[in-house]
Amino acid sequence: MQLVSWTCPLPNGGSSEELVVQFDRSRQHRVLVIPALFDEANKLRRQTVEVMRRLDKAGIDSFLPDLPGMNESLEPQSEQTLAGWRDATIAAAQHFGATHVLSWRGGVLLAPIALPGWRYAPQTGAKLLRSMLRARTISAREAGLEETISGLENSARTDGIELAGWQLGAAMFAALESADPQPSDLQVEIAQANIGSTGLWLRAEPDEAPPQADALVTIIATSLGAL
Amino acid sequence: MNEATGSSTIDAKLRSVLGDVLGLSAETVARFDADTGLFGHLPELDSMAVAGLLAELEDRFDIVIDDEDLDGEMLEAYGGLLAFAEAKVAQG
Repeated sequence: MQLVSWTCPLPNGGSSEELVVQFDRSRQHRVLVIPALFDEANKLRRQTVEVMRRLDKAGIDSFLPDLPGMNESLEPQSEQTLAGWRDATIAAAQHFGATHVLSWRGGVLLAPIALPGWRYAPQTGAKLLRSMLRARTISAREAGLEETISGLENSARTDGIELAGWQLGAAMFAALESADPQPSDLQVEIAQANIGSTGLWLRAEPDEAPPQADALVTIIATSLGAL
Repeated sequence: MNEATGSSTIDAKLRSVLGDVLGLSAETVARFDADTGLFGHLPELDSMAVAGLLAELEDRFDIVIDDEDLDGEMLEAYGGLLAFAEAKVAQG
């Protein structure tokens, strides 16, 4: 595993240096990995890298780049947009010479549609927001504050909002509300039922599940003819 | 009441979802009783975990949980959550 940086072009014409976790041995198959988003990113990070370790053992290169505003990025979260992140994944695919894309949950919303690959348990933007909005109203209630989901939605559309520790700008929030995975004939959906057990995004704490990682990699490696 | 909406099935499904969220074994979750404390009693069951739990209940029981449904009682102990799920499923 290598931790290096990549140069991501920004919508304003500039660029930013972002971290990438990669297994790069210049092999035939090179998979761009688009992680789950927001709070699910934390819960699934370890499992995502577990899958990449197994892809490496199966003879497949993989690349998990930070996008601007994620993880170690110095770019402000509140200025990121869905369109900007989509452009960033296209740039990443070119930068790493990706032959395929594996996207996770909300990351499916960002996957470059021109690449073949896999979509693991796709999630819509509306559902991602709903869970985070609900978490915020529950904790507000515990603190004796009255917040409602509809009230938060209204203010978020004009002022942005902090959800699950993420600063979402108004443009990001509004775009997520109607963001559905884009249709693709090239990318195969892998449902949780194909993996077995239940998704780790449900867990209260980040965790790993080796059998699930094995199952996901078997599906991918089989479809590439690498097994 | 048919089998799919029977209260014992709801109880079993609810325990299964809680086990998934809390990362607990089926045996441990089977020991939950009506007074077993949930939100505010289990440190790992924070607001984000509760939100995930509710989303999963919506999917598995095919129900919609509104803002106003959420009160302290339904989330505080297992019995309250079970009563809530049963009432919601009965409403259809």
